Amino acid sequence: MKKQLLTVAVTALAMTYSVLSTASNRDYISIVGSSTVYPFATVVAERFGKSTEFKTPKIESTGSGGGLKLFCAGVGIDTPDITNASRKIKQKEVDLCASNGVNEIVEVLIGYDGIALANSKEADQMSLSLQDIYLALAAQVPNPDGSETFVENPYKTWNEVNASLPKTKIEVLGPPPTSGTRDAFNELAIEGGCKTYKWIKAIKKQDKKKYKKLCRTVREDGHYVEAGENDNLIVQKLQSNPNALGVFGFSFLDQNSDTVQGSMVGGFAPTFETIASFDYPVSRPLYFYVKKAHVGKVPGMEEYLAEFTSDKAMGEDGYLPEKGMIPLSDDELAKIKDDVKNLKAL
Amino acid sequence: MSEVKSTIEKVNAGLGKRYRSEKMFQWFGIISICFGLLCVLALFFDIIGKGHSAFKHHSIEIPIMFDADKLGITDINDTKQIYSANYDGVIKASLRELFPNVSGRTEKRKLYKLVSNGSYLTLQKMLLEDPSLLNQTTEVQLITDDDIDTYLKHFVGKESEFERIHAEQVEWLATLREEGRLISHFNTVFFQAGDSREPEQAGIFAALMGSFYTLIVTLCLSFPIAVAAAVYLEEFAPKNKWTDLIEVNINNLAAVPSIIFGLLGLAIFISFFGVPRSTPLVGGFVLTLMTLPTIIISSRAAIKSVPPSIREAALGIGASRMQMVTHHVLPLSLPGMLTGTIIGMAQALGETAPLLMIGMIAFIVDIPGSVTDPATVLPVQIFLWSDSPERAFTEKTSAAIMVLLAFLIAMNAFAIYMRKRLEKRW
Repeated sequence: MKKQLLTVAVTALAMTYSVLSTASNRDYISIVGSSTVYPFATVVAERFGKSTEFKTPKIESTGSGGGLKLFCAGVGIDTPDITNASRKIKQKEVDLCASNGVNEIVEVLIGYDGIALANSKEADQMSLSLQDIYLALAAQVPNPDGSETFVENPYKTWNEVNASLPKTKIEVLGPPPTSGTRDAFNELAIEGGCKTYKWIKAIKKQDKKKYKKLCRTVREDGHYVEAGENDNLIVQKLQSNPNALGVFGFSFLDQNSDTVQGSMVGGFAPTFETIASFDYPVSRPLYFYVKKAHVGKVPGMEEYLAEFTSDKAMGEDGYLPEKGMIPLSDDELAKIKDDVKNLKAL
Repeated sequence: MSEVKSTIEKVNAGLGKRYRSEKMFQWFGIISICFGLLCVLALFFDIIGKGHSAFKHHSIEIPIMFDADKLGITDINDTKQIYSANYDGVIKASLRELFPNVSGRTEKRKLYKLVSNGSYLTLQKMLLEDPSLLNQTTEVQLITDDDIDTYLKHFVGKESEFERIHAEQVEWLATLREEGRLISHFNTVFFQAGDSREPEQAGIFAALMGSFYTLIVTLCLSFPIAVAAAVYLEEFAPKNKWTDLIEVNINNLAAVPSIIFGLLGLAIFISFFGVPRSTPLVGGFVLTLMTLPTIIISSRAAIKSVPPSIREAALGIGASRMQMVTHHVLPLSLPGMLTGTIIGMAQALGETAPLLMIGMIAFIVDIPGSVTDPATVLPVQIFLWSDSPERAFTEKTSAAIMVLLAFLIAMNAFAIYMRKRLEKRW
């Protein structure tokens, strides 16, 4: 027994040693970041791995913020090479990166993602304005009597918000605050509707914090239901509850168009064309960020960037739009390709 | 005076009530068990109902002409040429030949979408194995695209309910079926491939191997450490404040939420010791921390159940304490320790939360070949698929759950078998 224990201990030591020696050179690309970009980045990674001699990159889904934190932790093979983000990098994060020695970051805009407000096909398609969404979902709304003050959101049914809407209970299933989709939804849809009031917009100039709080806080009295990060779950719940609306990324609407339908927002239904042309108002850009210091050190970086920005991936007929990503315009694509080729840093 | 009751009268008077309450108590028990069973049944019914279809897949058999010109192969002995050959072109040509009437770009694209866009790999593999196929025509089974497969499994005759299929495709598939070219077969890809973003090419093999390596590391570390700790605490340690404190802490650790161990692993193994992220090695380390208390507790119970007479007899004929432990106590308590270990391993197999923190929630296509390759594990694969937009991943998710459940049940059954088989009653 003693001998066996000794053998095990020696093997364990040997294993640790081999790890430390292999850790000094990583032969695969390490990617972290947004769960919204994850389905697109993984497609590229998979194709890249199958069609080149390089290993398939490892992609972790950590969320935009979590990804940038890992990315900015330093330079070296134990930090990720690329991070995906469903929003632009913040100045705070650029500073954090710089303080850890990550100075040159290449930003790559890859496309757009629409956020759909959808309901079951058994119900009628809704037609909402941004203002309707704001009034239905914000925690505090302008006093219905017309005075320029705020009251706790009194609306319980859609027709109270806007007489042309059906008389059903306001019930919206959406992601929790940790999700990038929720951030984008709050910013684009709820704040978008909030801004339509001129006197609220005036607050922005005086007190930006107050404005943000008023325009981005979602009500918590049961009309907005946090249904978790899993968009498939929201789609399933919509099927069983025709009165509810759900908030999720366009790719899920695209895949489940047999059971759910996107509501019109501002007169436009979420489709490829309306999101790409920005007619559909609730859409956001998707990015990834590259650590320039790792290009040339980790094998396959240039080739991965080339594959991602190629026409067969990001182009209008590429395989990413087939997965539900809204492609860039030709001019934008040409510019991005150029930036990536020259590794233009932020 | 008749109000004064004898004891037996009092007992008899209350007897009905006592019987009733006992009956009630039993009924509550039965109801709870029934409720539990019903939940398990509902779970199995739901998972198997959703997942069984994932074990089958449809393929289309088409004659493929391995045309050297079209493939762009000039020298069949050059492996590089075989790797980079234009297989898609050959597949498209064959499809066009089957349906010569198809014209127009969009029509053709719909036609090409009948087969999986990973089909070129099938042809590549065939040609690598048998180079003599060049310039020959063979019937090849190509797996269908996930949307086509979903349609064939669930929506035949209900085309209007499934928008991802086009009317033309429905016609073509009907023709293929008549010609006997549409084949439903066991889905081997599911057990042979790694993860993929194309549901028809996705499999659980990479996750299975990841789980395997992670558990090997966990077992190699936790079993010896736990047994050593248990033996010391039971047989050698003096009974004082310190050992009491250690005992309380081991029991407490067994109840700590597993995500805490993940955070610990991130801080110690990855940040401090520099163990690479996302590898079975670091996963195994973290799961070792998690399973240690479970195994220590069960090992101590097993050692305690060895009767003191055995120890005294060994010591009495002059064995040292070390000899007593290694010759008598350990062999006798081993079955109990192994049972505890298997249960601990089963627990580790089903764990996701601690792996979140150490980067094992990752997209892994390549099959991990050692404990230092990036890997993911079965429960994480299930989590990732359940969050994928593609429709066909729903059934894959349930199928992967079925595989995981099968492993868990097998491990627990093995533990019970071992216990029954090796257990000694004193």
